[in-house]
Amino acid sequence: MKGFRYLSNVATLELDQKRCVGCGRCLEVCPHQVFALEAKLARIVDRDACMECGACAGNCPVRAITVDSGVGCATGLINEWLREKKIPGVGGGGCG
Amino acid sequence: MADHLGACMARWGINRMDFLVPPGLYAIGAPTPEAPVLVTANYQMTYDLVRRALAGRNVWLLVLETFGINVWCAAGKGTFGTTELVRRVAESGLAKVVQHRRLTLPILGAPGVAAHEVQKATDFSITYATIRAEDIPEYLDNGERTTPAMRELSFTLYERLVLVPVEIVLVLKTLLVLGGGLYLVALLAGGSGAALTTVLGYLGAVFTGIAVAPVLLPFIPGRSFAVKGALAGIAFSAVFFALAGGALWSWPVQAASFLAFPAVSSFYTLNFTGCTTFTSRSGVKKEMRLGLPVLGGALLVSLLLVLAGALVY
Repeated sequence: MKGFRYLSNVATLELDQKRCVGCGRCLEVCPHQVFALEAKLARIVDRDACMECGACAGNCPVRAITVDSGVGCATGLINEWLREKKIPGVGGGGCG
Repeated sequence: MADHLGACMARWGINRMDFLVPPGLYAIGAPTPEAPVLVTANYQMTYDLVRRALAGRNVWLLVLETFGINVWCAAGKGTFGTTELVRRVAESGLAKVVQHRRLTLPILGAPGVAAHEVQKATDFSITYATIRAEDIPEYLDNGERTTPAMRELSFTLYERLVLVPVEIVLVLKTLLVLGGGLYLVALLAGGSGAALTTVLGYLGAVFTGIAVAPVLLPFIPGRSFAVKGALAGIAFSAVFFALAGGALWSWPVQAASFLAFPAVSSFYTLNFTGCTTFTSRSGVKKEMRLGLPVLGGALLVSLLLVLAGALVY
């Protein structure tokens, strides 16, 4: 995205090119132009731009893409950690 | 005007749930069985934007039940998703209304939808058209082809600004509880003047983290939101120091204010990552693993400073 760049080397996005059928769906759904189609195969060209929304993974018909997607705000992650540790949260807040 | 007022109130979280458009199939203009079918959420503001963009055209609009949540957030939750889309296609009898088998979806709805599964279940194929509703007319005129610009996200000053009210409303309860507690403690420890200063500083630090830093986001150095928030918080601390007569405070209190306020701002700016469309969950996790101990440490040290200062002075 023009003018905005988040941390480098953190995104969990992976593409298994061996499974790719070259349908181009990942290029269609990605709002950050992370993928490119080369020789009829998708390729990750800008992993650091990935916001891990999961659109590409969910829309890939051959499950060639994996990414750890989900809530991305501090409050949401804290609540998630509390739930995992089974500690009753302070509740409220966040995008729910 | 009434629409506009309602929209503003909904942004502040007032009567948000009254802003529901009944889900189902709507005809915009006089669409034929060949007209495209656009899919959207039943959040009034989204629906209004789409309807306005489509004014004067003849298309079908399939509104999904997203419980008054916008497309992007609903896709994240999965309510703008495969299951709801499949159900809504069946319930609306869409297959009898139109002759083609194509659905046009907003790109930001894609995280909730698996296009191939929808096609398997309904026979309708999915095209993700544009990010913004304003681009739909050009998309339709363009032979239903997406240009690179229609796929490019933006995060303009205005787009950041409209997020601030919601963020403030979400923390009001916390502010009341923590601010009240802080006031009482400071009142007992240092009298009403100190209590007022403490609470004002706290509220200012929160506001800096929640509103000032997000609005100034691209102008604050660094990529880390925690760092951006801390920098904004340090700037706030300096301004507050000057305005509140910090020169008269004891040095432990002075030091504490420059530790605690930036920590508070930093946390709230970090939390703003939930509102952006370019931060990744893994990035936020990393920031939290590194940042939360630092923020907690800063708060603890400033508390100890104030306590020690109170004993000595």
